[in-house]
Amino acid sequence: MHKLLSLTLLFTIAGGAMAQDEAFPSTYAAPTAEPTLLQNATLLTGDGRRLENTSLLLANGVIAWVGEGEVPPETTIVDASERWITPGLIDVHSHLGVYPSPGVAAHSDGNEATAPVTAEVWAEHSIWPQDPGFTRALAGGVTAMQILPGSANLFGGRGVTIKNVPSLSYQAMKFPDAPHGLKMACGENPKRVYGNRNQSPSTRMGNVAAYRSAWIRAQRYQADWDRYNRAIADAANDDAADSNASMADALLANTPPKRDLELETLAGALRGDILVHMHCYRADEMLTILDMAKEFGYRVGTFHHGVEAYKVADTLAENGVCGALWADWWGFKIEAYDGIQENIALVDRPDDGCAIVHSDSDEGIQRLNQEAAKAMVRGNRAGLDIPPERAIRWITSNAAKSLGIDDVTGTIAPGMMADVVIWNQDPFSVYAKPLGVYIDGVLRYEPGNPALNPQSDFELGQLMGVAQ
Amino acid sequence: MKPISIAIAALISVILSNPLLADSLLITNAQLFVGDDRKALPRDILIVDGIVDAVAEDLSVAEADKVLNADGRTVTPTLFAGITAAGLSEIGMVYEAVDSRLSDLYTGLMHPEFDVRRAYNPHSTVIPVTRIEGFGYTLLMAAPGDRTISGQGSLVRFDDGFDSFEGKTVVYVNVDGGSGNRLGGSRAAHWMLLESAFQELGTDDEDLTLISAAGKQALRATAQHGIFVFRANRASDILQSLAFSKTHKLTAVISGGQEAWMVREALADAGVPVVLNALDNLPGSFDGLGARLDNAALLHTAGVTVLFTSGETHNARKLRQVVGNAIAQGFPYESAMAAMTSLPAEIFGGRPRMIAPGLAADLVIWGGDPFDVNSAADQVILDGQLDPMTSRQTQLLQRYLPVEAGLGRAYINP
Repeated sequence: MHKLLSLTLLFTIAGGAMAQDEAFPSTYAAPTAEPTLLQNATLLTGDGRRLENTSLLLANGVIAWVGEGEVPPETTIVDASERWITPGLIDVHSHLGVYPSPGVAAHSDGNEATAPVTAEVWAEHSIWPQDPGFTRALAGGVTAMQILPGSANLFGGRGVTIKNVPSLSYQAMKFPDAPHGLKMACGENPKRVYGNRNQSPSTRMGNVAAYRSAWIRAQRYQADWDRYNRAIADAANDDAADSNASMADALLANTPPKRDLELETLAGALRGDILVHMHCYRADEMLTILDMAKEFGYRVGTFHHGVEAYKVADTLAENGVCGALWADWWGFKIEAYDGIQENIALVDRPDDGCAIVHSDSDEGIQRLNQEAAKAMVRGNRAGLDIPPERAIRWITSNAAKSLGIDDVTGTIAPGMMADVVIWNQDPFSVYAKPLGVYIDGVLRYEPGNPALNPQSDFELGQLMGVAQ
Repeated sequence: MKPISIAIAALISVILSNPLLADSLLITNAQLFVGDDRKALPRDILIVDGIVDAVAEDLSVAEADKVLNADGRTVTPTLFAGITAAGLSEIGMVYEAVDSRLSDLYTGLMHPEFDVRRAYNPHSTVIPVTRIEGFGYTLLMAAPGDRTISGQGSLVRFDDGFDSFEGKTVVYVNVDGGSGNRLGGSRAAHWMLLESAFQELGTDDEDLTLISAAGKQALRATAQHGIFVFRANRASDILQSLAFSKTHKLTAVISGGQEAWMVREALADAGVPVVLNALDNLPGSFDGLGARLDNAALLHTAGVTVLFTSGETHNARKLRQVVGNAIAQGFPYESAMAAMTSLPAEIFGGRPRMIAPGLAADLVIWGGDPFDVNSAADQVILDGQLDPMTSRQTQLLQRYLPVEAGLGRAYINP
């Protein structure tokens, strides 16, 4: 009995390299909330539809129905006529918590800029949950976001997707079952950081050589584990009567490869368990990266920043790669010199285009709707016909797709998480404000209601004696 | 091949009677904000030789060579782009193309005579990129370097001129915690150095230790005729700036001002304007614990003059959005219009920026609310001339907008 138990244990450990995502698990659980009926709103569903004068029921943490359905007793009824409702906004690129406010040096936890390949670090281990930026983003209607490491390194580490719920720990914010991201960076940043230290990489060709070397190591690591796991699995499948004995032999004969945190992350990306988020500005570099992905058989999920994405919009669409972009940033460095305000609209144009408005900013994340509005008007003025129901995808369903959570959030449809925002008007305006932000059916923010305006510990007790 | 130009041309119906003598332009059916804090009124505007000749409800089309029907759209003076390094910084991180700051100089002196205007390049791509968004002028900054005094600048007009500077000399002074930490280890060091430097001003001592003779001259001249912009966010730093300015009889402006709302009565009493970014609402540093979105509205209600800046140079065009957010937080719309058109010129001594007879015809016809994010400038007019509304970015768009590229994008030359 003992022997069997220990064998089972050993087998579990052996499989451990493939199951590392169970480390630091999410402890998020939505509090129970009474059902809420949001009545007679203009709905931008997030999947391209606009529904007028429509109601929806939030119950048991999910959207129970859209349109008509049963209203349970004890339902809170909200008159949303004249209001607009969208899915909760999602930011695929944030550094809240890892570069928090106040931005003092001791809070600078976003770049492990000590080696160009640090795939072993996890952004979540740097998150300070008391960053006041989370509450500001909530007031802007953001219900989920990915926190990424910075771009100093070629492989910056793992990103984590969180629910924007004020918490003591990042575990209690962690989006249940969301895949990790792998942050990678092209171009100027890595070569500048390391080149200035007279280390590799100091050039773009150095960048590419170092990515490929790392992928080769990851392939070998994956092969070692595959061989080991196959040997153990074969033993388990041997003659059932003798399986314990052959398993014991197999475990004795096969030493498991040593776990390696860096290569676990890279191998996870090769397998597709971890989604690749690639900081890349220039069109030519994006094409280089897509070729490299073919060489090693992995998928680039999303190019981030991509100020030249408009130059290769068709290629991005053909490869199923999203572009997470700014509405109007440009010129702060030479790889951002060709930025144009139509970038997002042009990436959205091809049939399978996946345009996303991202922030990379503690200010921008508060106004993703305004950023999307700017991109929308530029598209329309360039002759592309982009109605609000299309543009809202850039900050909801397309963002959810980039993060691998589009099966549970990012659209308003029955069964989806009840992550929704009520707006005072059409959200594509500087005058639009969230009047209610729901996460899993729980009202988490309401302007003017002190009971629903969360504050971080840091902000308590500041500026005492100041007349408000 | 030029869908943008065509689209915009279609929006604006231009009647050319005689292009060679096209020195007069009539804009009809404008919803006109003249540049102060009055509401918009339906007006026609006649421009002759680049100067506004008449503003009235119904001007005769016969008077003009060219007529442009605004068709009820909003017309304003060209906007103020805030405090920027436009023409001083071509690319932020290409340091040899950035001329807005003084640092690593071999002297330990403060250099108020460091004048960024000498480095101004009217051909920077930043200028048309900003101008076609409706911005006509900016306040050139001497960016914080490693000295208490950053240097000097002034207003400049986005008209492609090499020396289109206007108004008073503006000297930039840093008294915040961030720069104090880099200089003398404390913001108190800034005040120590400033007090000592201004005491030296009062003497004829040739043996100066903090400023050169040229610097002394620059400070004296600015104290008499110019403006000191104090970069300060914390309430106590703002009050120190007011006290210092009073002692030394300086005309002061506060830049930053995240906690200005806390000392709004003192600012109103001193008549000192605040240039702020209305999006600041996070405690980015311990200087800005009190940053809040309704800062501008609170200051305005208390009688403080508020101007706006985005903190951006390349994306200075974002300032329209910044102001829109201030309006959404209670800042009166018409006051925002004045703060974005005539007020900065008035405060920093530039040419009047109103749409009124006798003044230069610098104006914008808007495709919507100038302060909303779902609008854009349809037509910028400087000195009565229609801006071609092109920039490096519109040319990139024209190159990449066509679906088919033939031999390649390099052959599509807008």
